[in-house]
Amino acid sequence: MMSRVAGPDFYTFEGFGSDLFPNLMLRGAGDFENWHREIYERKHEGYIALRDALKREPAAIIAEVKASQLRGRGGAGFFTGQKWSFMPKDTPEKRHTRYIVCNADEGEPGTFKDRAILEFNPHQLIEGLVIAGWAMQCKAGFIYVRGEFKWLVDKLDAAIHEARAAGYLGKNILGSGFDFDLLTYRGAGAYICGEETALLNSLEGRRGEPRVKPPFPAQVGAYGQPTTVNNVETLAAIPPILRMGGEAYARIGALNNTGTRIFGISGHVKKPGLYELPLGLPLAFLLNDLAGGSRTGRPIKAVIPGGSSAPMLDATAFDVPMDFDSLAQRGSMAGSGGVIVMDEDTCIVQAVLRLARFYAHESCGQCTPCREGCAWMMKVLDRIEHGEGRMEDLDLLESLTPRIGLRTLCALGDAAIGPVQSALEAFRPEFEHHITHKACLAGGRRLLTSPAVSAAAH
Amino acid sequence: MTAASNSDPVETSPSGLAPGQRRPDSERRVLSPEAEAEIRALAQRYPDPLAATLPALYVAQKDFGFVSLSAMRETARVLGIPESHIFGVATFYTMFQKQPVGKYHIQVCTNVCCALNGAAQVLEKVVERTGAKPGDGPTPDGLFSVEEVECLASCGSGPCVQVNYDAYEDFVDEVGVDAILDACRRGERKAWGE
Repeated sequence: MMSRVAGPDFYTFEGFGSDLFPNLMLRGAGDFENWHREIYERKHEGYIALRDALKREPAAIIAEVKASQLRGRGGAGFFTGQKWSFMPKDTPEKRHTRYIVCNADEGEPGTFKDRAILEFNPHQLIEGLVIAGWAMQCKAGFIYVRGEFKWLVDKLDAAIHEARAAGYLGKNILGSGFDFDLLTYRGAGAYICGEETALLNSLEGRRGEPRVKPPFPAQVGAYGQPTTVNNVETLAAIPPILRMGGEAYARIGALNNTGTRIFGISGHVKKPGLYELPLGLPLAFLLNDLAGGSRTGRPIKAVIPGGSSAPMLDATAFDVPMDFDSLAQRGSMAGSGGVIVMDEDTCIVQAVLRLARFYAHESCGQCTPCREGCAWMMKVLDRIEHGEGRMEDLDLLESLTPRIGLRTLCALGDAAIGPVQSALEAFRPEFEHHITHKACLAGGRRLLTSPAVSAAAH
Repeated sequence: MTAASNSDPVETSPSGLAPGQRRPDSERRVLSPEAEAEIRALAQRYPDPLAATLPALYVAQKDFGFVSLSAMRETARVLGIPESHIFGVATFYTMFQKQPVGKYHIQVCTNVCCALNGAAQVLEKVVERTGAKPGDGPTPDGLFSVEEVECLASCGSGPCVQVNYDAYEDFVDEVGVDAILDACRRGERKAWGE
């Protein structure tokens, strides 16, 4: 196989010092043989939680997940146990066909954690899915993987085959009478399909356009049936939760922000990579103690703490605890755990323009505020970058963003304005300098391809 | 997903035709029997045959080399689904190539994380060394085509370059570009559709 991910020599999978705090989801990451069922069972307590879960009532499993206070690792941070409890139960009048869907459409710039679970620990995801299937009494599960991860779909199919051969999938799993199977589905290149209702449309073979809610997926989801959509990392957290017990899991991390999550650090740090950590550790600890601080020797100017949709933070906020509530309090969000680090020489205008270009490209086009607004944000930023901006453009951008946010069917519009608004707040002098001097205030590497190269594409 | 990158393949091609005007489809018009059988099998795989649309388009793309109008029509015929649906789906997703691509389709992520580590310069190097520009289709010898793409989830090891959706190349710098292109020229990478 030609595909590869960066190996252990130059890539970090260490958690909070493996003696102090062992990884729960990245166990064995870095070892390319680790994905096999046999290793998962022998080294990582694999499928113990499933054996145990099938002997318990489904409701007891949901209660355990509720007790863990696990929050969704895809971005929104909704309580997983609560989400599971929204699924309708069978009544004498109505029997439901329920589905569980795993969102492996990892595409948020700055985020590369799910990829590591799929590469190194697919059986933990499969075990989490079967447990979720049992807890919600689902008929089947679907794993929606982004199209670019073709080799990971192949690997996942191989892992599913191993699990089926061992009796963890299929009819009458481990003699429990429970029938459940998994099917992978490959996307085809659309960021919007990470949004759960767009994902469901795509899974049904349609354009990946988000749906009007309500009805929520728990009522009308995949193929019109009640469906729960969970992120890869969320589902991979389920087996350790059941092994240690929900309450023990809830003691890891911070109040209301329990457990560990995988942070992906990228940009201008010495040791970019994945770090599995308890929630609530300060951003500065991540940046300096784990990722080794600035790689360029220049101070770190700005950090996007939770994937490109999260508003950026300047150096005054690097003491923020990395959890859902603390980041929200500071006007940003924990999002998908992708931490993008920019040093002093980074031109914020270019960085924001690049993100604006991304959102304009990925807007599905259903809602006018997002379709038109993202394109206009991009155009206004583009002229500022290219020395054609006017001072009023900054006010124009500030009046544009609230007309996009919260006015669309899905959160893509809200996501698109995050970088623009936060950059204007924290780094306004850089925009002004671009307008008055027709040049970058920061002298770093050019972030945008020259128009001669990208003209045809945009 | 915007109109510019995904509209009618004929209209986006540098053919000099008026909008709406269609060039005769010079490609093969029917699916190979093997591809048709594969699509028929896919239609049985999901709770609803419609769900086979994306997997079937991948099969058609491989069979035709790209998702031409004939590829879309054939997919619709075999699945028994309206052409309008197939056309709508094929034009929504960027991984369905609506124009021919080279034997080696080189994709460079230029989103922020990769750009912080030099992706713009990597893409420019690829363009310089192959002579293929993003959006302009393959080089005259058919060897290379180039596409600027969004995040490939390789942010901690970027810049990331992908060859034919298959090989991920991490931490690519301007020297690394030459190594990748040379490997393609020597035939050490799988050709498109293999």
